[in-house]
Amino acid sequence: MSVSMLSSSPRTSLTNQTEPALSLSGVSYCHANGHVALRDVDLQIAKGERVALIGPSGAGKTTLLRLLATHVQPSNGELELLGCQPWTLSVGARQKLRGRIGLIHQAPPLPPRQRVITSVLAGRLGHWSLGRSLLSLVYPLDKNGVAEVLGKLDLADKLYERCDQLSGGQLQRVGIARALYQSPTLMLADEPVSAMDPVLAAYSLNVLKREATRCQATLIASLHAVELALEHFPRVIAVRDGRILFDKASNTVTPGELDALYANDQLEGFARVEPTPSQSLHIPRC
Amino acid sequence: MLNPALTQRDPAARSRLLLTLVALALLWPGLSLSELDLSVLVDGSNADTMGAFLSGFWPPAHDTEFLLLLGRATLETLAIATAGMALALAVAIPCALLATRALSISALSRGGRPHWWAQAVRWPVRGLLILLRSVPEIVWALLFVRAVGLGPTAGVLAIAITYAGMLGKVYAEIFESVDPLPTRALIGAGGSRLQAFAYGVLPQATGEMLSYTVYRWECAIRASVVMGFVGAGGLGQQMDLSMRMFAGGEVASMLLTFLLLVLLADLFSQLLRRRFV
Repeated sequence: MSVSMLSSSPRTSLTNQTEPALSLSGVSYCHANGHVALRDVDLQIAKGERVALIGPSGAGKTTLLRLLATHVQPSNGELELLGCQPWTLSVGARQKLRGRIGLIHQAPPLPPRQRVITSVLAGRLGHWSLGRSLLSLVYPLDKNGVAEVLGKLDLADKLYERCDQLSGGQLQRVGIARALYQSPTLMLADEPVSAMDPVLAAYSLNVLKREATRCQATLIASLHAVELALEHFPRVIAVRDGRILFDKASNTVTPGELDALYANDQLEGFARVEPTPSQSLHIPRC
Repeated sequence: MLNPALTQRDPAARSRLLLTLVALALLWPGLSLSELDLSVLVDGSNADTMGAFLSGFWPPAHDTEFLLLLGRATLETLAIATAGMALALAVAIPCALLATRALSISALSRGGRPHWWAQAVRWPVRGLLILLRSVPEIVWALLFVRAVGLGPTAGVLAIAITYAGMLGKVYAEIFESVDPLPTRALIGAGGSRLQAFAYGVLPQATGEMLSYTVYRWECAIRASVVMGFVGAGGLGQQMDLSMRMFAGGEVASMLLTFLLLVLLADLFSQLLRRRFV
């Protein structure tokens, strides 16, 4: 761990001098139902940096990642990504920018009947013409490229399998493969290894880190396993109740800080089971 | 138990009960307005007339000359239905892509609801689809028989227009009913609407689309028969002639042919569904 810290810190400090990959100042986000998911977030991340997001569930990690992926628009504040302000751009320019940002979803949104090769090919749609995309749908043009990226994640034999025949962990790796195939400048990962066993999780995170380094991409991953975050990422950002609780080098995080981050008043003492308001809101509509 | 959700009654129960009562209340005026009276069916003289008409149906006509005629008329009917569907698809697919909310780029950052102005662009397309399907195909057929003369062309055009409206509407709704997350993920990764459609919607919607299209093709076969009565060619025109000549056996053979055609369409649909759903 310390070795990887040493090898990465000079590069990080070097790129810190250059332009940031992203910067947020005073960013808030409020859901349509009035729930405030992020409050007044200030954040700067340099190009090529590797950052882990940690925090209790419902803290706003996913919202923050979706905000950085330009999937949602901040309610307040300034957001700058890869040298431009996404929400002042035209729709076409924003789609181009989105092509340079890869988001790995916790539950990869892949059509169940789609074959793995097609799902991975879909990663590069933002760079392809419509003609090439349609042709690739009928006959995969870049079979080797897909096989190579699947091979890195130990899924080479699943090339022609259908997505609904894969396990949760395999599906997550297909999701990672799609993002790697996209080769984005900014790689965002929302709980990318949550459905994998510890060995596979560490392996997949290593692949993600290596590929991000190779492509000089910035990598931001949210992880619920704190030990993975501290082990694999030199910088850790802790989110709680939509605010950044701390943002520091991972080797300086203390157990006390982690306890404060994950402290849960409701679960302490008697394990009371209360339905969350969002759940009871959704059920009657289904 | 401590769970407060258990102490309250099912919040959906009241609205379900109300909906059932409203549905029943609407059914009664429907029955009385349509003057449905099943007793006339078993009334003595009516039953005799029907019996005499039906008794002429047996045995079905099967002489070679008639079978040749029947075969030709069947092919013509199939051709009308297929050509009409092909034209309808050519109109319906672009309209469905324009009308559906599933491919909205603005919906991505707005929790699935497109901008009002983006919705406003979809309304004219939806309006066009409503216009196309609100006029029954038989009316279009009557119109086209006057415009292009007696024959299958009128049937093809009538089916194309009405079915474009139906297919377009249903396709647009199928696109909206599939899981939107794959499509949003693709749009969110820089894909265009059509790319997101091809990689996100299509793999989920193919089965439903195929099965609905085959069902509509089956309906088009029946519709082309009805339109035959007003002179738009095919089996219907033959049937009209046979009925006027009180040749019940010929009518029976034609009805058996319909049965066969619908059966074939059903088998075809099942085959496709097994492959794609």
